[in-house]
Amino acid sequence: MSEMDIRTVVRAFLAEHDPATTDRLDFLRARFDAGLAWVHFPVGLGGLGAPRALQAEVDAELAAAGAPDNDPRRIGIGLGMAAPTILRFGTEEQKSRFLRPLWTGEEVWCQLFSEPGAGSDLAALGTRAVRDGDGWVVDGQKVWTSSAHTARWAILIARTDPDVPKHRGITYFICDMTDPGIEVRPLRQITGEAEFNEVFLTGVRIPDAHRLGAVGEGWQVAQTTLNNERVAIGGQAIPREGGMVGVVADTWRRRPELRTHELHQRLLKAWLEAEVARLTGERLRQQLTVGQPGPEGAAMKLAFARLAQELSGLEVELLGEEGLAYDDWTMTRPEIVDFNGREAGYRYLRAKGNSIEGGTSEILRNIIAERVLGLPAEPRTDKDLPWKELAR
Amino acid sequence: MSDLLYSEIEEELRSSVRDLLTDHCPPSAVLAGCESREPYDLALWRSLAAELGAAGLQVPEEYGGAGASLRETAVVMEELGRSVAPVPFLGSAVLATTALLACPASDLLPALAEGARTAVLAVPLSTAPGAAFPSGVRADGNGALTGRLTSVADALTADVLLVPAVDADGPGLYAVEASATGLGVVRRTSLDLTRPLADVTLEGVPARKLAGADTAPAALERALLTGAGLLASEQLGIAEWCLGTTVAYLKERKQFGRALGSFQAIKHRLADLWLETVGARAAARYAADALAGESPDAALAVAVAQAHCGALAVRAAEECVQLHGGIGMTWEHPAHLYLKRAKADQIALGTPGHHRNALAGLVDLPGPVD
Ligand SMILES: Cc1cc2nc3c(=O)[nH]c(=O)nc-3n(C[C@H](O)[C@H](O)[C@H](O)COP(=O)(O)OP(=O)(O)OC[C@H]3O[C@@H](n4cnc5c(N)ncnc54)[C@H](O)[C@@H]3O)c2cc1C
Repeated sequence: MSEMDIRTVVRAFLAEHDPATTDRLDFLRARFDAGLAWVHFPVGLGGLGAPRALQAEVDAELAAAGAPDNDPRRIGIGLGMAAPTILRFGTEEQKSRFLRPLWTGEEVWCQLFSEPGAGSDLAALGTRAVRDGDGWVVDGQKVWTSSAHTARWAILIARTDPDVPKHRGITYFICDMTDPGIEVRPLRQITGEAEFNEVFLTGVRIPDAHRLGAVGEGWQVAQTTLNNERVAIGGQAIPREGGMVGVVADTWRRRPELRTHELHQRLLKAWLEAEVARLTGERLRQQLTVGQPGPEGAAMKLAFARLAQELSGLEVELLGEEGLAYDDWTMTRPEIVDFNGREAGYRYLRAKGNSIEGGTSEILRNIIAERVLGLPAEPRTDKDLPWKELAR
Repeated sequence: MSDLLYSEIEEELRSSVRDLLTDHCPPSAVLAGCESREPYDLALWRSLAAELGAAGLQVPEEYGGAGASLRETAVVMEELGRSVAPVPFLGSAVLATTALLACPASDLLPALAEGARTAVLAVPLSTAPGAAFPSGVRADGNGALTGRLTSVADALTADVLLVPAVDADGPGLYAVEASATGLGVVRRTSLDLTRPLADVTLEGVPARKLAGADTAPAALERALLTGAGLLASEQLGIAEWCLGTTVAYLKERKQFGRALGSFQAIKHRLADLWLETVGARAAARYAADALAGESPDAALAVAVAQAHCGALAVRAAEECVQLHGGIGMTWEHPAHLYLKRAKADQIALGTPGHHRNALAGLVDLPGPVD
């Protein structure tokens, strides 16, 4: 399919579904059914089996026609992580049950991966899933779970065999967040709000039909999620001066009285870095469209975190006396993380999480060093021990 | 959005240039060359220019060039950076050729495109785009030039010097034959062993006027901007060599009973360097593409690429020396050739600080008024 063809498809779709008169949800459902949700997905699952590069064309045409969007910020984990994993490892029933409401945002997803004893060392996780008839019974505790309080479904990894080394014996499930065995407790964070949660799982019953991938092979499935997570966090196409750098540049232009020479140099450095990161992301996407997938997903996430922290810190300093104030310490449980709806202090504090969430910057550097540069791994003592014998 | 990848033709060009350089320009030969009296490997230059047509890539076919674009020329610069090749490519094929292409007189082009002769744009290598038209050389009524220029790269072997000079009508660009009487080209001891500098003195030297006040300043500016933009590709090549060589060494070198590359403190430094190199590739490609297409974004693309790549190449070369330990400090190991080239390149055609300040004007982020 070419750019011309896809434009014809979009125009035909718009002719039938006028965004001005169609209900938002009806419009989104129809768009999914027309294969215009994510064009590279298969026909029947929101796509047309077309090249991924054509999505930009679709999005632009629809935006120009005033079509509603599916607010990717609110459904980030579903779109960025659950969907590609379900597409790759799900059964036909799972794909047709979950992908449509996921894409329209009717069903929000969360990610039950991290545990108090398993963060960077995720494969050490201890939440147990025990086979029981045609299903599984899950017990354990998860932590730092973003959006658990709004989620309808979760992707979950749990230990199904404690007698084998930690990377084996893990199984990947789709977990119903309305199950009575699930308790979600807010965790207040550095910004004052509670975006993430603790999640306690007690006798949670998961039907075997909600397992993703083979029993004991959840680690491989989780790799798909984690790789997509990094691309989702760091890999979006942004215009020049998009994102945080735009906010700071705007303040700089509007408020000449705030300028100092030292901040000027730092701003120029950060602007430059943001532009280089933007071009790098663009180059990565061009590589993807000609089928040269690189390991740059990890790189982009690392660059994004560094830049967000640099710029948000600069912004607070630039504001001087105003930077001493904070907009709101009220403990809320937000539906989305909205950097731009809040003030500089919030951005500064929230950006600290960018180098922790979705794999810490230290872990990403290890990945780059070992997988891209081919440097040897550090000696490991835990790799071949059965999970139950690991020091914890 | 412009194309930031390499085309198949560009990849083919890269591999032929790399093959040639691997055969004729190993680090040992570069080092030996630096210590000889010959500043450049002219046999290598002739192979590059004649066999591969590298000197005339950006020259239209009607003047005997390949009619390719600056994107291809940038690929050659990358490869020359990777092997710190001692050839006058930047001075002749990039700076002088670009200036000539912007002049009305074009009879010098065929010989340059063919590589039969080399030319040089007679300005200090540190001159940045946007600089005022040089006033160090004056032309009298007969077109004879008098004045002095310092730190001109690639001048020692040049057959023709393109000299910006001021005459009664204002700025002009003049061609001076290297054999002309009254011309002095004196070698300076330069920080970069592989790109020697010379000071040029002119005492009533006969010259031919190539461009007058209406075109000379624009031709000079176009040459400086193009040179700065393509230098980013050379800097990328330097950084790539430094990173690759260091990674290979640290996989092999054992201390404390294990490969040094398995220590996390080292891995993280190399991962950061790799990340910046990935950024440099995108920025350098964008600059080359913007220059090739004469995009209105070219000045900005060049400023971004120069500021990023100039600093990166130096950092990569410094890390290369440091992480090779004692060997990195020796004369035999080629790391120093790269460090010297990288540091000189950082100053060449505008420092990163200069390009960041240029950016301030281009993207409307002015400094404080005091
Ligand atoms: C805002 C936010 C939202 C999150 N949302 C979710 C979510 O929705 N779902 C979910 O499952 N998880 C979520 N997380 C959890 C996140 O994935 C983990 O916090 C992260 O993987 C790090 O684990 P940890 O907190 O246990 O830190 P630890 O692993 O204990 O690490 C502590 C420090 O040690 C460093 N370190 C660890 N291992 C190494 C090593 N091998 N080499 C060098 N340094 C190392 C780390 O980089 C870090 O600096 C979220 C986290 C944040 C901050």
